[in-house]
Amino acid sequence: MSNPFKIDVAQRSISEAPIRLEAKDVSIFYGDKEAVKKVGVSFRSNTVNALIGPSGCGKTTFLRAINRMHDLTAGARVSGQILLDGTDLYGNGIDPVDVRRRIGMVFQKPNPFPTMSIYDNVAAGLKLAGEKNKAKLDEVVEKSLRGGALWEEVKDRLKAPGASLSGGQQQRLCIARALAVDPEILLMDEPTSALDPQSTARIEDLMESLKQQVTIVIVTHNMQQASRVSDTTSFFLVGDLVEHSPTAQMFTNPTDQRTEAYISGKFG
Amino acid sequence: MITTEPNSITQPKAIVRTVSSARQLQNNFMAGLIALGTGIVLIPLFLITGQVVVNGISAMSLDFFVQTERQMSALTGGGGVLNAIVGTILMVGVALIIGLLVGIGTGIFLAEFSEHPLVPLIRVMSDVLTGIPAIVVGLVVYGLLIATKLTGYSGIAGGVALGLIMIPIIVRATEEVLKLVPNSIREAGLALGLPRWKVTLSIVLPAASSGIITGAILGVSRVSGEAAPLLFTSLGNPDLIWSILQPMSAMPLSVYNLAFKALTPAQNAQAWAGALVLMLFILGTNIVARSLAKQR
Repeated sequence: MSNPFKIDVAQRSISEAPIRLEAKDVSIFYGDKEAVKKVGVSFRSNTVNALIGPSGCGKTTFLRAINRMHDLTAGARVSGQILLDGTDLYGNGIDPVDVRRRIGMVFQKPNPFPTMSIYDNVAAGLKLAGEKNKAKLDEVVEKSLRGGALWEEVKDRLKAPGASLSGGQQQRLCIARALAVDPEILLMDEPTSALDPQSTARIEDLMESLKQQVTIVIVTHNMQQASRVSDTTSFFLVGDLVEHSPTAQMFTNPTDQRTEAYISGKFG
Repeated sequence: MITTEPNSITQPKAIVRTVSSARQLQNNFMAGLIALGTGIVLIPLFLITGQVVVNGISAMSLDFFVQTERQMSALTGGGGVLNAIVGTILMVGVALIIGLLVGIGTGIFLAEFSEHPLVPLIRVMSDVLTGIPAIVVGLVVYGLLIATKLTGYSGIAGGVALGLIMIPIIVRATEEVLKLVPNSIREAGLALGLPRWKVTLSIVLPAASSGIITGAILGVSRVSGEAAPLLFTSLGNPDLIWSILQPMSAMPLSVYNLAFKALTPAQNAQAWAGALVLMLFILGTNIVARSLAKQR
């Protein structure tokens, strides 16, 4: 309300894009415990969408349900629908391997493949899926490393082990590795929480350019980060989605009292 | 001030000294006990090594490595264990193929599919296999391959027996190192849209490869010293044999035969020299395995 003009601009630019990813009535259980309760939310194409909330609020659980990484957790169960371009990712005959191919993921801690070079780390997704054309691989590796803002730093030592890079570089390598299989959605699970402020700033800058090619959903503990990088923000609290709004509105004029309490630092 | 100062320094010092000397005594006593224990463990090692070297060194010559047992003679001397060296290499090679294929496969199953209901059963069976006496393994292979006339007494039968002994060693090594590979690596592979078997074979297994190689080498060093499983399977052969379908000797088997048949002091020394070669080989493989394990 304090700055209605600014909010309108933010809302309009986002609402122009088509909806890419949509959750309908999504509940996620660990055994009997309901970790996420009937969440409905949609993310538009080529936007950055932040999921915030205190620890244990279900934001990471929700993120990992989007690319069906939860299938790997014993006792985890998902009900409701998660739609990618209108197709239910939990529908009959949907192979989770295909889902993960279209929805990439970057993890909290950089996790390059330990035995592989920088080049092989980026090429792994394509190579192991059967791509043998060396020229094609070279092209994708360069494009992905440029996409991950790492190319200039490593172009002379692509054969060096991925693990020889610094933590921040390793995380950008992991982003490049995810980009190499050309995903439509990129999930990021607190991608900068293990990094120093400088590396964090580089990755935040990177996200601005990444959203040209992918739609990003990012879990973050850091509300400043959410306000800096995201177009929309979703606030989770003990499994409930309390509020989903354009970021500018969320941080200036939240509709829910609990959101206001959280972003003003009253708890969490 | 001047009078109290030395007191305040010397008094605590004296206390420290008495406590320290009592502890020192106890400490020295325990350290001595530990050193004694270590010494007792080392005595047989030096006795065995010393005896083998002293008795065998005189028979170590170039001929010993390039001639066969057939060429040995009580009258003229000469002859060697080339037939046994080649036999050991061939049969351990067969054992390694069996051990790696079955051992790595089973190790992957136990570590990567640990939620499968058969896992506890297979783990127990693998542990039991470790404990089965080598001579029994030899008899079982005799019953399976030779009594049924699938093969005669042969290198392949000997290799299968050695392979069965090697399997549980490689299973255990594979399972242990795969469990050390962080789960985040598996998740990274799966998140790229790769099927689980590809993640396991192309990403997780290479990350564990040095540990598996170490396990395989330890397995080789274990089975290359076994005579018992070969008695009823490869039988032994004084001639140099390259075909694994024929009876053949191996180092421990030749040591056993030479020691029995020795007529002269020179032949007796040849048996000891055979034991020395075997020991050096096992020492060598162990050193390689350990240095590989350290590199990890």
